[in-house]
Amino acid sequence: MNVPGNLKYTNDHEWALIDGDVATIGITEYAAGELGDVVYVELPSIGDTATKGDSIGTIEAVKTVADIYSPVSGEVVEVNEALADTSELVNKDPYGEGWIVKIKLSDASELDDLLSPEDYKKLI
Amino acid sequence: MESTTKKTPFYNKHVALGAKLVPFAGYLMPVQFTGIMEEHRAVRNAVGVFDVTHMGEFIVRGLNAEAFLSKITVNDVSRLEIGQVQYSAMCYADGGIVDDLLVYRFADHYMMVVNSSNIQKDFEWTQKNLMDGVDLTNISDDMALLAVQGPKCFDLLRKLTDEPLHNISYYHFTEGELAGKDMIISRTGYTGEKGFELYHDPSYSTELWDALFKAGREYGIQAIGLGARDTLRLEMKYCLYGNEIDQTTNPLEAGLGWITNFNKGAYIGKAALVKIKEAGLKRKLVAFEMEDKGIPRHGYPIVVNDKEVGIVTSGTQSPSLNVGIGLGYLAREYTKTGTEIVIDIRGRKLKATVVKPPFVPSRTL
Repeated sequence: MNVPGNLKYTNDHEWALIDGDVATIGITEYAAGELGDVVYVELPSIGDTATKGDSIGTIEAVKTVADIYSPVSGEVVEVNEALADTSELVNKDPYGEGWIVKIKLSDASELDDLLSPEDYKKLI
Repeated sequence: MESTTKKTPFYNKHVALGAKLVPFAGYLMPVQFTGIMEEHRAVRNAVGVFDVTHMGEFIVRGLNAEAFLSKITVNDVSRLEIGQVQYSAMCYADGGIVDDLLVYRFADHYMMVVNSSNIQKDFEWTQKNLMDGVDLTNISDDMALLAVQGPKCFDLLRKLTDEPLHNISYYHFTEGELAGKDMIISRTGYTGEKGFELYHDPSYSTELWDALFKAGREYGIQAIGLGARDTLRLEMKYCLYGNEIDQTTNPLEAGLGWITNFNKGAYIGKAALVKIKEAGLKRKLVAFEMEDKGIPRHGYPIVVNDKEVGIVTSGTQSPSLNVGIGLGYLAREYTKTGTEIVIDIRGRKLKATVVKPPFVPSRTL
């Protein structure tokens, strides 16, 4: 199972790529595999406020639906519009083109609560 | 209560193919192999193999076998010829559904094929209503079942049998040799495609599996899990016990009036069903397609003019149409094709339209 070393993780199987004060958020390869074929992603709107641990959208797979829990608090500054027509990117490239939202951090100290790749590997 | 999960004879095959296995109706069953979408398309375009060993089989023998089946099922079993299969249902006295099932007529006995999750309940129900001169046996644990479904199924199976497969009409069967083994070759399925179901002795299940996959390679054969089994049946508006039908629903509102016979003699549920029919149905099972982007799921409310008028029984993203589709019960006045309805998807009110089923054309014949 691919768990890139440059990302932070949550217990709910989201990942975050931190670049300055912006976090790019997605779900892990493990989560995408467990959900199966993703057929629809309900995205937040740009400008929405995200609160750490709260749902910022949902992922619909053929058989199930799962919430996307924000790993950080802040403002949604970008959403992956490509997922509207090609939600399968979440399965095909979960750490790349399958990213979901970008959030401008309001509290950088929250990053300390996220899991390291090593800790996430232990979880799955 | 026994809590151990049984394995079908194909368990090791599923594991070898990397299936995602889940406990279902007491068995560890594959929910998907390579992905529901891909498996679904393999059945629509080529051929797929389903392990459905978990289904239940009862043998009914004796002088009163036909009379007994006539008493406990809603369809007219007397119309069955030897070698024919009938889709039917068992009802309670109030018209609620015990289970839907297939009835097979052999030369000297019948076979009932029931839903895996209902085997025990159904067997107790049939025992409770047993008549003299009927010998009823639950052979579910001694019968393995593979469904081979898809437009290439004839090409594939012809390589493995000398039986004249084209002479087996839809909802008929023959007993013959396939892959060198005796089995029941039944022209039935739950996908809307041409297909066969192969009832056989579990002792040669793995050999049959290997023979099918070897012969089917050139046709793009694929193993199919329960996930795609559900999306395939949903696109055809086939009922699933526990979703569209159960003790609280009757066959008439479920759109199963075509299997509910009012001309034959008394049977369990008949009097109630006659009354329900005369009073007029209050609700009906409909098929609907999402207009807005979203996926309906079991239990979501159906709304018209801010009033709850129905409930979703099954829903998914249609792998064939790439839109959200669903089945649900609607108050009678909203069931006309073309009616605009709203599905409450976790608080979001999304538009949908009642459509004429099936969602994709049936190609069983």
